[in-house]
Amino acid sequence: MTGAEPAHPVLRLSDITKRFGALTANDRVSFDLARGEVIALLGENGAGKTTLMNILFGQYTADAGTVEVFGRILPPGAPRAALDAGVGMVHQHFTLAGNLTVWENIVLGAQSLTALSLKPREVKARIRDLSQRFHMKVDPDARVGRLTVGERQRVEILKALYRDAKILILDEPTAVLTPQETDALFATLREAIAQGLSIVFISHKLHEVMAISSRVIVLRHGRLVAERRTEQTSREELAALMVGAEVTAPEIRPSTPGAPLLSLAAVTTAGIGSAPGLDAVTIDLRAGQITGLAGVSGNGQAALSNLISGLTLPLSGEMRIAGQPVGDWTPRMAIGRGVGRIPEDRHRTGTIADFTLTENAILETYASQFARHGWMDWQAARAHAEEMIATYDIRCPGPDVRIRLLSGGNMQKLILGRVLETGPQIVLANQPVRGLDIGAVNYVHGRLAEARDKGAAVLLISEDLDEILRLSDVIHVISEGRLSPAFPRGTMRPEDLGQWMAGHGFEEPAHAS
Amino acid sequence: MRLEPIANPTLPRRTLPPALALIATFAVAALLVMIAGGNPADVFGLIFKGAFGSKFALLETLNRATPLIFTGLAIAVAFRAKLWNIGAEAQLYAGAVVTVVLGTGALPLPAPILLPLIAVAAMAAGALVLFIPALMKTRFGVDEVVTTLLFNFIFLLFVSYLLEGPLKDPMGMGWPKSARLVPEARLPRIIEGLRLHWGFGLALISAAVIWVIDAKTTLGFEMRAVGQNAEAARFAGIPVTKVILKTAVLSGGLAALAGFSEVAGLKGSLTLDLSPGYGYTGIVVAMLALLHPAGVVVAALFVAAIFVGADSMSRAAGVPSYIADIMLATALLLMVLAILLTKFRVRRD
Repeated sequence: MTGAEPAHPVLRLSDITKRFGALTANDRVSFDLARGEVIALLGENGAGKTTLMNILFGQYTADAGTVEVFGRILPPGAPRAALDAGVGMVHQHFTLAGNLTVWENIVLGAQSLTALSLKPREVKARIRDLSQRFHMKVDPDARVGRLTVGERQRVEILKALYRDAKILILDEPTAVLTPQETDALFATLREAIAQGLSIVFISHKLHEVMAISSRVIVLRHGRLVAERRTEQTSREELAALMVGAEVTAPEIRPSTPGAPLLSLAAVTTAGIGSAPGLDAVTIDLRAGQITGLAGVSGNGQAALSNLISGLTLPLSGEMRIAGQPVGDWTPRMAIGRGVGRIPEDRHRTGTIADFTLTENAILETYASQFARHGWMDWQAARAHAEEMIATYDIRCPGPDVRIRLLSGGNMQKLILGRVLETGPQIVLANQPVRGLDIGAVNYVHGRLAEARDKGAAVLLISEDLDEILRLSDVIHVISEGRLSPAFPRGTMRPEDLGQWMAGHGFEEPAHAS
Repeated sequence: MRLEPIANPTLPRRTLPPALALIATFAVAALLVMIAGGNPADVFGLIFKGAFGSKFALLETLNRATPLIFTGLAIAVAFRAKLWNIGAEAQLYAGAVVTVVLGTGALPLPAPILLPLIAVAAMAAGALVLFIPALMKTRFGVDEVVTTLLFNFIFLLFVSYLLEGPLKDPMGMGWPKSARLVPEARLPRIIEGLRLHWGFGLALISAAVIWVIDAKTTLGFEMRAVGQNAEAARFAGIPVTKVILKTAVLSGGLAALAGFSEVAGLKGSLTLDLSPGYGYTGIVVAMLALLHPAGVVVAALFVAAIFVGADSMSRAAGVPSYIADIMLATALLLMVLAILLTKFRVRRD
């Protein structure tokens, strides 16, 4: 099932070049994809992976080079032609209509929903058949708005399969998935290649690349710098190829915890949407300690994060900061009491897309540090932004660039800088490295460990167990709003935490609910 | 067809579509003029002459632009913070009512004290009129588009009641009309002998003040942040509710100045036809101006010129002056499209 028949590539990219102004996003990139093969396209943020796939799918027009599918050259800039030729793309950000059902979404675009020739029963039967063949459990009649992220991704993949895609392009498919969902996705992909499909898998997570691909293509600064058969390479080699230098993850030394800086005593909060709130949670975040919070997404992490961020108050129970009970509580008060916050969604909550880097850099401190009597001091703000660009290694054209033009990693570095600049006592890091490449991940982790060593209490919320296990001095698991006991570093194996994540081991709730 | 966002629009990309929109507006108007039996070149010439052709025409245009600058600014300020104020008409009348209540002899004060006092009181009234829907929006999530729009009708009926009742001019021969302002409450002319009052000067000053607030103050920063991403603003500690309420006060106050300026500068008394929809036309002005205060001045002059010019053209050429409304509507629709085209590229699949 690996590419034993190189004479007939299903897909061939030849000398693709794409420039955006002065930036060359793709520089003469060529590769073949064979039937039944999984190619992993590996590269840091901004290496040109997504641009390349957008050209392949006809969303961008290449300045030079051709795309061949099954031996025929695709007309440039025509997604319809790519679809008809059998290329299916699953984007990083889903393109589904939440108010429609699964089967309607799958049909949408291929057929008119109001066409008389549309036979829902046949459509649904075919979807059921496909979901069985590829091991993807989805109810065709479910409303997409009610599905979990993992289920939505299955709908996207089904949509491509429904249109008889022979080549699947998956752009960072695991960025939004829990470990369990990732395993399920991989089972589906293995089934797909067994049935003769070919896959291009875009990622920067090395263990996934090693697990699923047969060949790895590494892009750096728009160039194809290396091609390896997966069984002949290693994570270390790929990481080095990707970054262009040896990468070493920051070393996390054991710490000596101090006094509790933030404590919750039997705190209960309201739920958020369909996710539960906190249920009588008691926890101490201690100085000089990273507390890891593991758990499947949607089990109360958002409630805890909002509470610490200053967005909500407990319904009952008590929150103390440095021993002082918290009465009134707003985001500005949280910042004032030394709580630095890295929000889960850096696009929606962490930054304002059309504001400049400078404006985003001072979003939390404009009133206290960059204004006098209501007048902004833009000169000081700009100087501050320039300083942050240097200190936190933010790659950008300058402080006046709109933040939406930055890569996710650089955006996160800005948010990190905004948080650490104020010397916070407590750092809330909610999914701080989701969707980042390895260089940025190591950078963020290193900085968080540094903040801990300076005496901050760090709360790390993550769905990535590896991340939790590597960084945390003490681990809690959250499930349905309840908190497990504290497990010190090294006392738990991933499987044990998995048990707690699945909700086993908790005592029955103390109060009737 | 698909829209593809453009990351860094070039200068032609940002300026060409709006320019084409204006040209297309005149093309559509030309077509209609021909259907009405006129000669487009003559008609546009007459409109231009009617708006700028003489000292009188020019001053008339500036006078007509004055209330539009105020309401345009009011809408621009509110829309930038995503507060959808459709009620500038009611806020305008609130300012006018206060002007009449305080300016018809109730306060025996000299003009330099009386005029600022009335202006501030008028602003406060307009602010209050928008503050209530804004409070309902922030407290209970009531849609301000509905409340501010409906409040226009309520307030106009209230003014009608006032003019038939408590504010009715006893010397008015039974017409629904207020008493005339005392001379101390009248806005003086900018240059003696020319029919242009200080309301226009106040409008230009207001535009400059809004520009400064936008660019230089924390309030401007907060209003932009709340407008662009309220969730991120709230997370960052910006007091979103307070900012929305402050925006409402500013916007309502600006719209009320239109009423103050019309009564104290131009009409001298209040009637039910004080505003031929300046509150609504302000929306057009603000949109044409891309919500920028300097743009509001330019757009208000453009709109006023078309109205004033069309009036005089209609008398000379016999083409109905409704052509002005059509030109405005076309300009607005095409401009909205043009703005889209400055940010997106249309691609055919």
